[in-house]
Amino acid sequence: MNSKDKSWKEISPAGVCWKSSKTYLTGDWKSFTPDRDVKKCTKCLLCTIYCPDAVIHWNAEKDDIEFDMNFCKGCGICANECPTKAIVMKIA
Amino acid sequence: MKSVVKQETQAVNGDEAVALAVKQADVDVVAAYPITPQTIIVEKFSEYVSNGEVDTEYVCTESEHSAMAACLAASATGARVFTASASAGLALMHEMLFVTSGCRAPVVMAIANRALSAPLNIHGDHSDAMAERDSGWIQIYAENAQEVYDSVIQAFRIAEHLDVQLPVMIGLDGFTLSHTLENVQILTDDTVRGFVKTRQFPVVLTHDGKTFPFRLDPEAPMTMGPVAYPNYYFEFKRQQEEAMKNAMNVIQQINDEYAQLTGRTYGDGLIEQYRLEDAEITVVCLGSTAGTVKAVIDELRETGIKAGLLRIRTYRPFPAVAIAKALGKVKAVAVMDRSMSFGGRGGAVFHEVRHALYDLPTRPYVVNYIYGLGGRDTSPTQIKRVFEDLRKIVQTKRVEDLVHYLGLRE
Repeated sequence: MNSKDKSWKEISPAGVCWKSSKTYLTGDWKSFTPDRDVKKCTKCLLCTIYCPDAVIHWNAEKDDIEFDMNFCKGCGICANECPTKAIVMKIA
Repeated sequence: MKSVVKQETQAVNGDEAVALAVKQADVDVVAAYPITPQTIIVEKFSEYVSNGEVDTEYVCTESEHSAMAACLAASATGARVFTASASAGLALMHEMLFVTSGCRAPVVMAIANRALSAPLNIHGDHSDAMAERDSGWIQIYAENAQEVYDSVIQAFRIAEHLDVQLPVMIGLDGFTLSHTLENVQILTDDTVRGFVKTRQFPVVLTHDGKTFPFRLDPEAPMTMGPVAYPNYYFEFKRQQEEAMKNAMNVIQQINDEYAQLTGRTYGDGLIEQYRLEDAEITVVCLGSTAGTVKAVIDELRETGIKAGLLRIRTYRPFPAVAIAKALGKVKAVAVMDRSMSFGGRGGAVFHEVRHALYDLPTRPYVVNYIYGLGGRDTSPTQIKRVFEDLRKIVQTKRVEDLVHYLGLRE
């Protein structure tokens, strides 16, 4: 709790969200963080499909994938699914 | 007498009275699972659906848990929703009752009050609804089939009121009311439609700072009832308590409005006082037993005994202030509980009535009578014995036993 939290008179009923989930950064929940070895990565993009939080994107300009760590909960599915073992999970 | 709207006398039992009221109240969705002694309600209503007498969407679910889940979802989209249950069915709904009140879904549910197993028993008592008293639902207990009919109609207005937005449970005693034929004054369909109106929605702040009517709509999306962490959960519960407080006024307003329309009133909507103004000894009870108590009071008054009744019609929100005011000059009170709070030193109604009287400058003696469990009949002779006990307490200024079991073989 902090001083910015609203009182019961100020919030919508029934838990209706008054903020977008985009503003709720869930990335700080994680205990483990993905670490990618670019030499092993074939850019097959399987990780972009498997990531349950849509954290991994294809960036056409960079011609590479990128991670939005604000929303990565560290579940490790990307590491588990990576066919070349380019992603390993490390302590966050 | 004031002129009231046109009404027609029909011989119906309590369950049929519920079905009739729901038929007239322009209900969009009924999702239910039958259980004795509520079965007639959903049977009768599915007849209306089958005959095309209503355009209600009727959902046959596979359990009561699912029935309440369907009711909540339908209500969240803005539909007017009704269901009915009893006993084990209500118990199976337990989890969803909290979700429904927490999502502020104004579902209306009739409960044909019945005992809980074990041993298995299908007959009337208040164990089922009393076990749900903290579920965030408004609870109204009716005395007769007429009140059942009237209360169901009123319930939609109470539940959907912008200051309330809470689900409502109407209790009718199993078999005593649910299956007993009575003459009931039935309003015309137009009168009921005019009274219940269409459902209204408060405007709420949603994500991205937008405001929309409080309902699920693909054109105006919002998230209802998601996870709330320790930093916000408490605040949402406090809102529900405020809605209960508001309901106290709303129930009285609706009772007044309904009285002007129909000529019928149930006390102030919260409590009903019978020959209480000069009473020295008083019974407090809920539901159909009040009828028996009234008949006994009339007899006792003939012999000069100043007996009275306070019937709690609305049990949640609990009208503590009104009860304290009504019982302020009484010398001894017998609170009747038709359910047990095992190990609780008396029943739930007893605890709360006694608590309501604590702040009075002079407190009456307050004793408890557990009665009528599992459909056991409660006779006028037994009620007379209760009043006799109260007279003895007043005379001797001494309470021997705090909790009594009325009609139990010792």
